[in-house]
Amino acid sequence: MPRSPPAPKRPPPFALIATALAGALILVAGLLIALAFRDQAKGVAGSPLAAAIGGKFSLVDQNGKPFTDTDLKGKWQLVFFGYTHCPDVCPTSLNDLALAIDKLGNKKDQVGIVFISVDPERDTPPVLKTYVDAFGGPIVALTGSPEAVAQAAKDYRVYFAKHPTADGYDMDHSALIYVMDPQGRFTATFTPDTPPDDIAARLQKLLG
Amino acid sequence: MRPKLLALAASLVFAIAAGAQAQTGSVEIKDAWARATPGGAQTAAVYATIAAPAGDRLTAVSTPAAQQAGLHTMTMDNGVMKMRQVDGIDLPPGQAVTLKPGGFHIMLTGLARPLKEGESVALTFTFEKAGVREVNAPIQKIGAMGPGNTQGGMDMPMKH
Repeated sequence: MPRSPPAPKRPPPFALIATALAGALILVAGLLIALAFRDQAKGVAGSPLAAAIGGKFSLVDQNGKPFTDTDLKGKWQLVFFGYTHCPDVCPTSLNDLALAIDKLGNKKDQVGIVFISVDPERDTPPVLKTYVDAFGGPIVALTGSPEAVAQAAKDYRVYFAKHPTADGYDMDHSALIYVMDPQGRFTATFTPDTPPDDIAARLQKLLG
Repeated sequence: MRPKLLALAASLVFAIAAGAQAQTGSVEIKDAWARATPGGAQTAAVYATIAAPAGDRLTAVSTPAAQQAGLHTMTMDNGVMKMRQVDGIDLPPGQAVTLKPGGFHIMLTGLARPLKEGESVALTFTFEKAGVREVNAPIQKIGAMGPGNTQGGMDMPMKH
């Protein structure tokens, strides 16, 4: 009796589906865990998420002085990425952060603001200097080579991209505000719409 | 039958005139305001509340205060801030549309000089049906989130 050659052994379709389902489940579970961390623990220093945010960078401040990740230490820092051509979220967030710090009374010297430009092409140190002087808070504004800025953004899991417009470009960018503790460890986040009073209250608690 | 024709013509003219009047009077711009800009800033945002009882569309804005004035929308997409130019802003009949932080705004690019709190920005709004309207937008403080001194900045009331 002639027999057709055995068909190449293929996993039955249900196995494929099961594998795909399992993969999808793992992804969803991972996402949920990530979300849970974001909402609950806010990445308390020492947690896995804390290690994932922040890292080495080498930029220059608004006075043209080098500023690296080690310069973050010794103070609580509110780290925020933006650009000076941004008319809405960037100035209001910087203003809110400066207001919040001002509400800390005798503890206000323990907190600083670090504004990192995602638009180094236009945001040179002199541009940043006149810009941040308007806010009156303890703001360090950083820029650097495109590579150096990209590195800092990568450290903080910040997405940014140029979006061309009729007369130039805008920048799309992640707008979270990261709270780093005096050891340079990621501790919490604020969103740009967090009211200054809430930011101040949270900082009071963190400062102890 | 001439008098009848004349009457018809007259009523037609009257109807058209009335219609035209309703159209030109059909847009109201309230609470226009701009936010003061930090030193050296090249851009600024202007906001307003616009009502068009019969419906209309804001198609353009111009100002002597900047080289360009565009209609923009700002969105937060998964924590990423994105600004996009739009061709116009629809004003549904009887529904006021508020340009406000985190949504639509008039984006000024290439400021002639920084916008200073207490001064104002002169703007010309162009509508599809209602034509042109002149608006003066008072400049609020640098962190302002609304038209008056009731929101934003140092005067912000406790939100609890």
